[in-house]
Amino acid sequence: MRTIDVRDVRQAVGELLRHSAHSLPEDYLEAMRTAGRQERSPTGQEVIELLLENAAYAEAETIPTCQDTGMAILFVEVGQDVHFSGGEIYAALQDATRDAYADLRKSVVSDPLLRVNSGDNTPALIHWEIVGGDGLRISTLQKGFGAELMSRVQMFPPAIGEEGVQQFVIDTVEKAGPNACPPLIVGVGIGGSLDTVGMAAKKALLRPIGSVSSEAHVARLEGDLLDALNGLGIGPQGLGGVVTALAVHVEVLATHIAALPIAVNLNCSAPRRATLEL
Amino acid sequence: MARTVRAPLDEAAVRSLRAGERVVMTGTIYAARDAAHKRLVAAMKRGEELPLPLSGQVIYYVGPAPAKQGAVIGPAGPTTSGRMDPYTLPLLERGVAGLIGKGSRSEEVKQALVRHGAVYFGAVGGASALLARQIRRSRLLAYPDLLSEAIRELEVEDFPLFVINDCHGGDAYLAAREAYRSGAEGSQRSR
Repeated sequence: MRTIDVRDVRQAVGELLRHSAHSLPEDYLEAMRTAGRQERSPTGQEVIELLLENAAYAEAETIPTCQDTGMAILFVEVGQDVHFSGGEIYAALQDATRDAYADLRKSVVSDPLLRVNSGDNTPALIHWEIVGGDGLRISTLQKGFGAELMSRVQMFPPAIGEEGVQQFVIDTVEKAGPNACPPLIVGVGIGGSLDTVGMAAKKALLRPIGSVSSEAHVARLEGDLLDALNGLGIGPQGLGGVVTALAVHVEVLATHIAALPIAVNLNCSAPRRATLEL
Repeated sequence: MARTVRAPLDEAAVRSLRAGERVVMTGTIYAARDAAHKRLVAAMKRGEELPLPLSGQVIYYVGPAPAKQGAVIGPAGPTTSGRMDPYTLPLLERGVAGLIGKGSRSEEVKQALVRHGAVYFGAVGGASALLARQIRRSRLLAYPDLLSEAIRELEVEDFPLFVINDCHGGDAYLAAREAYRSGAEGSQRSR
């Protein structure tokens, strides 16, 4: 058994959220540099260069890359041999979010109908997973909602097959067009149930950009989808081009004989994503 | 080199702008997004005086992040314009001449731009730190309780924009997408 003080967790997660608001992951920057070389539209190339310049400037000045500093989504993997001390872990994670967002934009309303700003960007959305061992691993997404708003989930019958899956993903990106701030990272969940398919799509956004599924048929689907999306013509910021998506990450789940659920979670061209282990 | 457009916009400037064109804007514009639009349109319905001028003015759909100590404003890139579509017609009817955001507009809004002689500009979403550098002054004008969604008066200088929908029915997003769609590239390489 290992004891972890939740005050240490609060400190570490607060710093992580603060840092990733102005520092985009290296795998994204590398994917954008590659995309800049692949893009054939001069305007598209300029948009990619501008976004890279913006990332460098934000990092140097320690100001957020995007004004939408997002809603904090935390994925917590807790080893079953961990014991938390010094308070409640849930409260510590909300405190960490409050700390980090003191200087970031408050983009959360406490109730979807009453729409009053919570004033401190809480609550963070927290997903728990109990795993083996005595480690604690926390991954964060500070999700901008321009892209979240264009994301979709749909429960299909199995008869739509892989072709229907592809069509749904392509339709989603086509409808999103310029709204979701392409070049996009496209997270796709297939299978499971209404609740878990959305989670699979979101978790797919945690993967390093361009990482390939370990399952051959899924890896092939990821490649086919990326080609199809980049043939839509939408391009960087929707101003035309051959780079509409940087990557498509697909996660599959066991499902019921009666269903083929699909979720498509879009991430804009400002993926605020980070991971820490304690 | 992108030409300069002055805000507020005069009719000649509006008429001269063409979809796909790149411009830089200098002058006074007004920041307003979802919640501010809802209040503005409700106030208009009640016949109340509005906290900002509308005729010839430019509205920027933005909710800036907090400013760093000593900075004019925090990162301030465009938000998705389509969410403002349900509130846009009454504003165009009152003479608003320019809209800045990102993403597609409804057919209704596009037609209203033609009818009322107004332009929709796109700023590059996510280039927010760089865009904030082109904002020289920011003044809170109304609805401070809305935090980042409050209405602000902004002085911008050489603020980089693309004309997306012009007052002649041109649509840069649609044209660009057609040009680069798979199988449609032959026509593009010579551009």
